[in-house]
Amino acid sequence: MAANTVLNYLPRESVVHRLTGTTKLAFFLLFTFASMITYNTWVLLGLLAMSISAFKLSKIRFKEVRFMMIFMLVFLLLNNLFIFLFDPDQGTTLYGTRHVLCHLFWRYDLTAEQLFYMVNISIKYFVALPVAILFISATNPSEFAASLNSIGISYKVGYSVAIALRYIPDIQRDYHSISQAQQARGVELGKKEHFFARLKNSVNILLPLILTSLNRIDTISNAMELRGFGKHKKRTWYTKRSFARNDFIVLGLGVVLLGASLTVTILFGRFYNPFV
Amino acid sequence: MKKNNSIKTVVAIGIGAALFFVLGRFVAIPSPVPNTNISLQYAVLALLAAMYGPVAGGLIGFIGHTLVDLSWGGIPWWSWVITSAFVGVVVGAFARKLNVQEGDFGKAKAAVFAIANVVAHVIGWVVVAPVLDILIYAEPAKKVFAQGAFAAVSNTITGVVVGGLLILAYTKTIAKKGSLDQE
Repeated sequence: MAANTVLNYLPRESVVHRLTGTTKLAFFLLFTFASMITYNTWVLLGLLAMSISAFKLSKIRFKEVRFMMIFMLVFLLLNNLFIFLFDPDQGTTLYGTRHVLCHLFWRYDLTAEQLFYMVNISIKYFVALPVAILFISATNPSEFAASLNSIGISYKVGYSVAIALRYIPDIQRDYHSISQAQQARGVELGKKEHFFARLKNSVNILLPLILTSLNRIDTISNAMELRGFGKHKKRTWYTKRSFARNDFIVLGLGVVLLGASLTVTILFGRFYNPFV
Repeated sequence: MKKNNSIKTVVAIGIGAALFFVLGRFVAIPSPVPNTNISLQYAVLALLAAMYGPVAGGLIGFIGHTLVDLSWGGIPWWSWVITSAFVGVVVGAFARKLNVQEGDFGKAKAAVFAIANVVAHVIGWVVVAPVLDILIYAEPAKKVFAQGAFAAVSNTITGVVVGGLLILAYTKTIAKKGSLDQE
């Protein structure tokens, strides 16, 4: 149902889709850390170019992921607003100088440093966004557990993630029907009700959901035990694919990017400072 | 028997993370502060952590929160993901004393559960999350501590009140040890 519109896999014939899940997971993690470490504007812009071109290669159209983009934009604006409201001088603290562009009101001055800092934060978000979207929409969910296992995570944890992905739509459906049934019986969760009454009412919905989920845990774990899950230290995966040439290239690229980001950070510091 | 428990934990982590995801992503119950919602997922996290222990609690928080963030279309906000995992671990660490599966949840156990939640959420949201925010994202200290304090208060209330009521209701559905009388 709605889960399909949330973590949706969009199958295509593209270079990105043909990469193994392992490669995509590893690249995603390497790329995330590369963009997390640095605040250097030039490095961020380089990463941004990389991430946008990967998105182009995937043949996923912008229209299909517009929802995520819009959500991210709203989140970004709110976050920037709060940063400014709570500390209009964070830029000065980081860059050490203070160029006032204009005075707004009370303690709020618009400084060049603050603007530059917020631009950097915004780029940081946008660097991550295309790669994250690709990671979600170009990875086949059934391959995901195998990928986790092959980057060295215990296959049991991989299985937990696979179970989570498999049962999200079911639990969503359960939640939906339980909450409608309880609302029909007069359980109110909206603003009309007093806050603590709302909390108490939410228990009326959560409890049936928990009890069905606990039953589900029993059923699934019995089924898995009957099939001998967890007997051996290793297991094989039906969806696992072997590495091709492109996989090695992409992995190499990920390592190089992380290395570059680390080197720049160690040599020139975390921030690029145009003010001194 | 031990083996069955480990399979059960694997499944509980999966289902728990799915529950965490559904509640965190789709369920919006307005709180008294405008434009903020009650995070019911922390009540479920507390219950499952108390039932299945710290490893399960930590992984449910970690996987569930990562999936929520990914579904919003962004890189997971690692500082908060780690905090969710931390809450699961801390509440789960008290689990052995609670033994909720035996169907007994008296005043003393409720107190332990409440303390576990308060400790987990306060340390988690007022210390772990803001410090990681500053380290990873270089955000202003005032902003992250204000956010953290708000999250701590609202999640503690959800964890203690909703989580406590859930465990109470759940333990009532289990037949207690020695509940049979000889006639």
